[in-house]
Amino acid sequence: MHANQWLELAVYIAVLVAITKPLGLYLNRILDANGRTWLDPVLRPLERLTYVILRVDPAREQGWKQYALALLVFSLVSCLFTYVILRIQEHLPLNPQTFGALTPHLAFNTAVSFVTNTNWQSYGGESTMSYFSQMVALVFHNFFSAAAGIAVAAALVRGIARANSHTIGNFWVDITRVTYYLLLPVCIIYALFLISQGMIQNFKPYTTATLIEPQTVSVQKTDANGNPVKDAQGNPVMVNQTLTTQSIPQGPMASQIPIKMLGTNGGGYTNANAAYPYENPTPLSNFIQMLSILAIGSALTYHLGRATKNQKHGWSVWTAMFVMFLAGVLLCWWAEAKGNPIHQHLGVAAADGNMEGKEVRFGIFDSALFATVTTDASCGAVNSMHDSFTPLGGLVPMFNIQTGEVIFGGVGAGLYGMLIFVVIAVFIAGLMVGRTPEYLGKKIEAYDVKMTLLAFVILAIIILGFTAWACVTKWGLAGLNNNGPHGFSEILYAYTSCAGNNGSAFAGLTANAPQYDTTLGIDMLLGRFAMIVPLLALAGSLAKKKIIPASAGTFPVTGATFVILLVGTVLLVGALTFLPALTLGPIVEHFLMLQGTLF
Amino acid sequence: MKTIVTEFGRSIVATLFFAIIVCGIYPIIVYGLGRAFFPSQANGSLMVDSKGVVRGSELICQNFTSDKYFHPRPSAAGNNGYDPTASGGSNLGPTSGALYTNIMQNIAAYRADNDMPSNAPVPADAVTESGSGLDPHISVANAELQIPRVAKARGLTEDRVRELVKENTAGRDLGLFGEPRVNVMTLNFALDELGKP
Repeated sequence: MHANQWLELAVYIAVLVAITKPLGLYLNRILDANGRTWLDPVLRPLERLTYVILRVDPAREQGWKQYALALLVFSLVSCLFTYVILRIQEHLPLNPQTFGALTPHLAFNTAVSFVTNTNWQSYGGESTMSYFSQMVALVFHNFFSAAAGIAVAAALVRGIARANSHTIGNFWVDITRVTYYLLLPVCIIYALFLISQGMIQNFKPYTTATLIEPQTVSVQKTDANGNPVKDAQGNPVMVNQTLTTQSIPQGPMASQIPIKMLGTNGGGYTNANAAYPYENPTPLSNFIQMLSILAIGSALTYHLGRATKNQKHGWSVWTAMFVMFLAGVLLCWWAEAKGNPIHQHLGVAAADGNMEGKEVRFGIFDSALFATVTTDASCGAVNSMHDSFTPLGGLVPMFNIQTGEVIFGGVGAGLYGMLIFVVIAVFIAGLMVGRTPEYLGKKIEAYDVKMTLLAFVILAIIILGFTAWACVTKWGLAGLNNNGPHGFSEILYAYTSCAGNNGSAFAGLTANAPQYDTTLGIDMLLGRFAMIVPLLALAGSLAKKKIIPASAGTFPVTGATFVILLVGTVLLVGALTFLPALTLGPIVEHFLMLQGTLF
Repeated sequence: MKTIVTEFGRSIVATLFFAIIVCGIYPIIVYGLGRAFFPSQANGSLMVDSKGVVRGSELICQNFTSDKYFHPRPSAAGNNGYDPTASGGSNLGPTSGALYTNIMQNIAAYRADNDMPSNAPVPADAVTESGSGLDPHISVANAELQIPRVAKARGLTEDRVRELVKENTAGRDLGLFGEPRVNVMTLNFALDELGKP
């Protein structure tokens, strides 16, 4: 934990704070159907054209049921769109490596994964996806699952801010404006920056390079039909072969990565994701990628404050998020810097920390910060392999997701997730003083609390339920890459990541099997839509209520007491639900590692 | 019911229309900008030798095993390592026996290659596999330990090799971000180009 790294952390936090207000103010304009921006001269005509083509009247708002219906139908249709493209990939253009169609279960898993903003990858991008599939089937959802998330958060904020209203905005207007005025313009500039750092953007076939030093490698001998030859004992026969070339993937990567990060999607162009040198070429590109993960989530808290005319509340929510962010970074960084005593005993330099699965250009700190940030949000991009983290270093990302990714969180999803905890916190505060809980002048009644808890309980049930199921089945155990408690962590991480719509993984787990693809797919669908629908119902319910003036007995939703109560609620609910499972995985593994136990 | 049908129709139109914008026009704009401003990077930062042959990318590692080259980090990408079409790490956890064996063997090989005493600590990056399996960089300490071996194998002075290492070392970006690092690909390429007309 060097001075230089502390300084980088300070700079990261300073820049995040600095962009929160301006971006929040900009979001305010975008999320108001009549808001004006300096991009109007260019984009207003396109926006108008879109409404004409979609036959949407931008002045007409929707009630929560219509809003939810539009979101669900659009998600279903666009999910099918992606499924079909992946299934007929071989017949589509821009496929220089002639990749075949995906299997039905993999195409299902992938389509669901992208429509839910999860971007779990059961496939390796550079060996599975054509340029067309990447650019169309996947990038489409990178934009619109992000826009939909922001739209839901905006609708919930409207519900909180409005009184005696039957509408919460128009879904079509929200996603159109978010995409045109926010995501697209930022992505174009961002992409150019990434190319300057070394990211590729082309449509040529994979490059064949002549190795600087040809290598002799041992490969399995095959007969004329391509079947492996075995000796008398049934072992494969190995022969030496000289390797003289290297095939280097190409393609339209720089247009995909900005929205992957900014929209907290996280689905890599390649299998190694942001660890792949093309996908994250320099520490500077890494810094901007980490910043763009949290940018919108942070700005949305400012939007909350502005929209509810209580800026202090916005910053209080921000502070609660920040406290948990900092705690996570410090624990993860410390654990990774301390390294693995087992390997240090063998002769690995102790000062270097745990470098397994990490890139030299990022080192310990940038890897730990990235892992924390990507799981605070529902991003799930990785620049190092979480599977190879130390037990406590790997616990941080897992627990971050299990809190519901409310630490800035996914675009939109982070804010609406945190508002669940705000409602629970004021409910608990109300119970403690024996008053009907209030939130910003709205009475929180039985219906609201039910909807809130529904959204939370579903997360716990699917994560723990599916993990338990996979642990006692043959297919569940067949995919493991590690034994002992670490194997359990791999399964727990997978269902946690999918339910939380994160998409990062303890990637040793081989999840591309029919049972995993399917159960993880269901996990992702429930984790996304079984949360969004109750939340929109909550938005509708809140919008209808009248504002009651604050009194001496009203629990203030600003200041230190509120921040402590909110953080306490998040940690308590998360810990009570997941601590037993975490004890069986990373926590017990930590003590085994200190003892030097191997599996 | 009527609303549902309307929303289905609208969703189909929306999917196709939005796809034209974000999956068609947008990537082509980025492609055009990349070509105009940073063509070399957009095409993969490829390294071409004096005969015009593509020898690799500055950003994508290859394997080097003989004494006259600097050795990269071990790789888990593909069956033989360093396969850019099968990127990834070992994904072995901290208590994995397989990882223990790998690291033990890597340490022994590294010490033997670089003439080190059997109890000298080894730089972590030299014996662990990177996340991508394609990490083109090694730490400065790792490069320093390899200089005598490379100099001897090539009949160069250590100072000459050290000079080249320095030329292929990058500091922290903007003096702040990331870690200092030596690029094995450009360094080995430069070593081979040395003395060529």
